[in-house]
Amino acid sequence: MEKAMEREVFRADSPRTETITMNMGPQHPSTHGVYRAVLTMDGEEITHIENHVGYLHRGIEKLAETRTFTQFMPYTDRLDYLGAMLNNLGYAQTMEKLMGVEVPERAEYIRIIMAELQRIASHLIFVASYAIDLSSTTGWMYCMRDRERILDLFDMVCGSRLTTNYMRIGGVAEDVPPGFLPELQRLINDLPACFDEYDGLISGNEILQKRSIGVAPMSAETAIAYGVTGPNLRASGVAFDLRKAAPYGIYDRFDFEIPTCANGDTYDRYYIRILEMRQSVRILQQAVDSFPEGPVMAKVPKVIRPPKGDVYHQIEGTKGILGFYVVSDGTSKPYRLHIHSPSFVNLGVFPEIARGGNIQDAVATLASIDIVLGEVDR
Amino acid sequence: MAKEIQPIIEKLVQSFPGQVEAGETAGQVMVAASALLPVMEKAKGELGFNMLADLTAVDYPENFEMVYHLMAIPDATMLKVKVKLDKGSPRVASLVGLWPAADVQERETYDLMGIFFEGHPNLKRILCPEDFQGHPLRKDYILKTRS
Repeated sequence: MEKAMEREVFRADSPRTETITMNMGPQHPSTHGVYRAVLTMDGEEITHIENHVGYLHRGIEKLAETRTFTQFMPYTDRLDYLGAMLNNLGYAQTMEKLMGVEVPERAEYIRIIMAELQRIASHLIFVASYAIDLSSTTGWMYCMRDRERILDLFDMVCGSRLTTNYMRIGGVAEDVPPGFLPELQRLINDLPACFDEYDGLISGNEILQKRSIGVAPMSAETAIAYGVTGPNLRASGVAFDLRKAAPYGIYDRFDFEIPTCANGDTYDRYYIRILEMRQSVRILQQAVDSFPEGPVMAKVPKVIRPPKGDVYHQIEGTKGILGFYVVSDGTSKPYRLHIHSPSFVNLGVFPEIARGGNIQDAVATLASIDIVLGEVDR
Repeated sequence: MAKEIQPIIEKLVQSFPGQVEAGETAGQVMVAASALLPVMEKAKGELGFNMLADLTAVDYPENFEMVYHLMAIPDATMLKVKVKLDKGSPRVASLVGLWPAADVQERETYDLMGIFFEGHPNLKRILCPEDFQGHPLRKDYILKTRS
């Protein structure tokens, strides 16, 4: 007893505390998958964070070398499994760039529609899970209700809700079925009111605002230095969107804005998604209005043997810039296929911006970065 | 819209005679491993490529090749930088000092391809477990099929 009393920590005149390390994850609801952060805590304050990833590492890049170019398409669904259409699009366009394939007009429009629907669906998951991470279960329910309609549309075109495997090198797998466009139009009509509803229910919620405004701000310089892209970068005030800066596909034909926020804090990273969804609806409406007739698949050989060489192509994914680097040696299988995943890189900034906050803030910050572990680990 | 890349490449080639040469295809430069840091510093500072868009490595029969993609924000000009590395002990300077974005990506390349990044503050495996043997993306790492 006497010995314990002598220990330094018990002395009233020395208020020094010891740092402790704490595990957040790998099975923790706020990590959105299997991810572990080791937090070094000084009392309530986080002094250091170490990311531990790789629990979902399936070696997709190595697997690609044993599959043909065509066979690799379904694997892209399993990267960011909330943005399968965009992964499909990124890979298909990479290969088209390498092979010099022209995609038919109608397929380009279908791709834009699917890409923007997927962006909305993924952002809805973000808004929903952000709300639930800050203890608002109702917010989750409303977003899930509306996302369901988008997944139903995917179900209509390809028979699958999440792992779509819908796009092909040279076009898309099938034309949209009858009844798709009217259903899409109904959705487009309804969505703006849904966003208003989220604004009232989530964005305007006082508890959510108190927990996220001013939390973990990220400056534009930090974001660029850490390679952060997508909505997280735009939340820090940088109006950079590949759909405008380096338009791929037919994005140069559409009229839309790049929303930005000013502070780059957790709230801005949340709110930018709501703003982006509104722009996606604008793009969808324009695509539906000028939807052309015609074939949906270019003439592409059954066995694809691209010319020797390498190509890097990037698109604006839901989480940030999604890049594919493909090296072809002239055979039907890729010599090397590398995936630049935005979640992986964006997660790298988490220790930097969450340092100095407390655990509750770290949960909100992690949620606001919007990671999908399937894409982080590949 | 993106700037013309060819004048930028010529500028780089002139500034580092003998160490930088224009690549086979448009928009890329080949850099000697010893000159990588000064070249990247110039690309980032003077030439305005402020974002490291991607870095990865390829295992060719005769050497390893580092492939860096630099991007300028806001005009989205892209520059591809390639560095050939020794097959026996591939080593190259780390870019963490220039772009913190290189941290996780170099760790990934080290983990999967076995490239050693000199000067990296925390060069550990990131995707594979710490006690994993070998570097799976190398061509001599054979995938075993289940029979």
